[in-house]
Amino acid sequence: MLTRSSSLESSQSLRRGHALSGLRAAAVGAAAGLSALTSLIQSPRAAEPARDYSAVTDARLVSPEPRNWLMYRRTYDSWGYSPLDKINARNVQELVPVWSASTGTAEGHQAPPIVNDGTMFVTTPFNQVLAFDAATGELLWRYQRRMPADIRMGHPTNRGVALYGDKVYMATSDTKVVALDAKTGAVVWDKAVEDYNGGYYMTMAPLAVRGKIMVGVSGGERGIRGFVVALDAETGQEAWKTYTIPGPGEPGHETWPGDSWKTGGAPVWVTGSFDPALGLTYWGTGNPGPWTGDRRPGDNLYTSSVLALDVETGKLRGYHQYHWNDSWDWDEVSAPLLIDVQRDGRTVHGLVHPARDGYLWFLERAESGISFVAAKAYVKQNVFTSIDPTTGRPTYDESHKPAVGHLATYCPSLWGGKDWPPAAYSPKTGFLYIPANENLCSQMEGEEIEYRRGQQFTGSTNSDFSVAPGATHIGELQAWNVKTRERAWTHEYASPNWGPVLATAGGVVFEGGTTDRYFHAFDASTGKQLWQYRTNSGITGVPTTFEVGGVQYVAVQSGWGVDAQGMLGRIDKARGTDTVVPQGGVVWVFALHAR
Amino acid sequence: MDAATRRVRDGTRLNQLIVVRLAADALSDETRSRAADGVVAYSGVCTHTGCDVTDWNAPAQHFKCPCHESEYDPGDAARVVSGPAPWQLAALPLKVVDGLLAVRATFVGKVGFAQPGSPSGE
Repeated sequence: MLTRSSSLESSQSLRRGHALSGLRAAAVGAAAGLSALTSLIQSPRAAEPARDYSAVTDARLVSPEPRNWLMYRRTYDSWGYSPLDKINARNVQELVPVWSASTGTAEGHQAPPIVNDGTMFVTTPFNQVLAFDAATGELLWRYQRRMPADIRMGHPTNRGVALYGDKVYMATSDTKVVALDAKTGAVVWDKAVEDYNGGYYMTMAPLAVRGKIMVGVSGGERGIRGFVVALDAETGQEAWKTYTIPGPGEPGHETWPGDSWKTGGAPVWVTGSFDPALGLTYWGTGNPGPWTGDRRPGDNLYTSSVLALDVETGKLRGYHQYHWNDSWDWDEVSAPLLIDVQRDGRTVHGLVHPARDGYLWFLERAESGISFVAAKAYVKQNVFTSIDPTTGRPTYDESHKPAVGHLATYCPSLWGGKDWPPAAYSPKTGFLYIPANENLCSQMEGEEIEYRRGQQFTGSTNSDFSVAPGATHIGELQAWNVKTRERAWTHEYASPNWGPVLATAGGVVFEGGTTDRYFHAFDASTGKQLWQYRTNSGITGVPTTFEVGGVQYVAVQSGWGVDAQGMLGRIDKARGTDTVVPQGGVVWVFALHAR
Repeated sequence: MDAATRRVRDGTRLNQLIVVRLAADALSDETRSRAADGVVAYSGVCTHTGCDVTDWNAPAQHFKCPCHESEYDPGDAARVVSGPAPWQLAALPLKVVDGLLAVRATFVGKVGFAQPGSPSGE
C-alpha cells in the first residue's frame, strides 16, 4: 500500500482541487503570506491492513537489537558499529546489489538508511522521507515537504530521521521539526524552532532520548546565535533550549567583545552522542562568525567545542574548546565518540574526536565535566605551534591565521582533516576509522562586513585553495588504535574522500566517498581492500547494515553534491582538470549472492 | 514602486533586483534589447539555493553569489559563468520614462531556485 502525505503549516486540511488553485495564487503573488503555505495535503489512499511497526522505546534505543539500525550512528555512543557478522572479511567479495530505488532528487545524499524490524526510512535533500520494506525495496510511503519559495536554502541536504515511539522525526531546511506517523507518513505535528528568514536552517538527524527530540541549528555563515533545543516527542512542545553562545551575565560571555556574541555563530549541525549512565548529551559546535578571528578578539566560547548538556534540563555541565578564536572555518560539529579504555589501572571514559582542525582529540568525560587527555595530528597541520599538556589549549603561528588585511594560507583546508562524514569505531579491533583528506590547503583574508539578517556573514575575500605540489593522493581511510593512540593503517585514494564509515563485527569496514562512484569494503584489521562496487553517483551517504529474516544487508545512498562537490570544483580549478560526477540519488541495498 | 499607486513592491525578497550599468559594447544583442541606456536589471536571488547575489567580481564584471561562488555575466543575460548555479538569473526588461528607469515587462525566466517535490501540475 502506498500513501503520500505532506504538511500544511496551518491546521487547515484542503482537498486536492482547492489546494492547487490556492497554492498557485499564493505562489504568484508577492504577499507576505507566501511562507504560510509550505505544501499540500492529499488524502491518503483507502487503507489496506497496515504493516506492524515496532514502537521504539528508551530500552531499545539504549540497547538496540543487532538486526536494527535505529539512529544516526546506530548507538548513542556514535560508534557507527554493527554486531552483525554474517557478512564478513571472508565472504564480502560475494556482496551484490539486491534492490535499488531512485530518490527522485539531486544534490548531496548524506542520510543513513534507518531500519526498524524490516521498515527502512531514508531522507533526501529538500526534506523528503521515503519508507521502504527493507528486504524487498517496496515503497511504503513518501513524504515530500515543499520549501517556502523565498527560502535561502543553505546546504541542500538532510542527515536522516530519528525514531521514537510510533513516530519518525525530521529536521527541515525551513527550521522546523516534523513528526510523521511511522506507518503512514501522515503529519502528526510540525513545529518551528526558529525563523528561517533569520539565516537559520537545519540539516541534522534529530537525537531522540527519554521522550525528547533534540535538534541544533545551522547558519554559522549567516550570523546566527546557535542553540540546541529539546521538544516533547508526543506534542512538539519545547522542553528546553540552550544557546551555544552565553548571554550577558553567563560564564563565557566575556570571551566576546561588544555585541559580537549576538551574531557569533556556534551552530550545531550533526547529531550528538548520549551517555545514559551520566544522563549527558555531547554536542559539537561549529565556527564563529565572521570568519576571521580579528573581528571578534577572544576565545569565543563555545565555538569549535564539545558541550555536555543534561538531557533532562539542557543545562551545560561541561565543555572543552578544541581551538579558540577560530579563523579557518573549522567547525567542530562532529559528535565525539564515547569510547572507554583501560589505562594506568583504571577505566578512562573517553570522548574521541577526529577534528576538522586536523588533530585527533582524546578527552575524558565525567559527571563533573570534560577534561583534556591527549591530542595527535592525523593530517599535516601548520597552524598549531604547541598544545598545552594539561589543558589542551593550542598556540598559533599567526602567519597562518587569516585576518583583515592579512592574507594567510593554512593547512588542512577549510574543510579540515575531516569534515562532517562520521568516523566509526570497532570494539573488536579497538580501531577508530577516520575518513580524511590530506594535501589540501586554503588561503583567505578577512574583510569588513555589515550584518544583514539572513544573509551571508563570513567576511572573507581572496579565498583560494591548493593541492600540495607533487601530491599523489588526497583521500584517506585511516585506522587508529584508540588505546595506544597510534595509527594502525592507512588506505590512500587519488580522489578526495567524503565517505562516512561503517564498521562491523564481521571484520569489515565500508565507505563510499570517492569521485569514481565506488562503494568500498576493507579488512578492518589490516586495511586490505576486499571489495568494491561502482554505483550511480558519488557516495556521501552514511552506510548502515541490518538483518531481516535472517539475511544481513548493507545499505547506502549514492548521490553527489553539497560540499563534496564544492571541494571537487576547487581541486579541479587548482589542477586545471574537469572531474564530472553526475548527481542523482539512489538507495542501494546489498546482500551476499548466495543468500 | 508601482507608478500608479506609489506602493513599493517589497512584500517578498523574491522581488529583489540587482541593477548595473554597463558599456554599450559589453552587451549581447539579447541583453541590449532589455537594457535602458546601458542599465540592466536582474533578479537578485541565486538560482542555486536562493541566496542573495550580493558580490561583484570587478575585474571580470560578473555578479557573484557569496554562498557557493556562482558567477553570472550581466552583459549576456546573466548566464552562469562558473559555479554550481543551474541557470541564469531572471532578467527584468527596462525602459526610460521621463528620465527615470522603469520596468518595461515582467521577469523573463524563473525567479529563485528549483525545488523538487512540486505537486504534480505545478
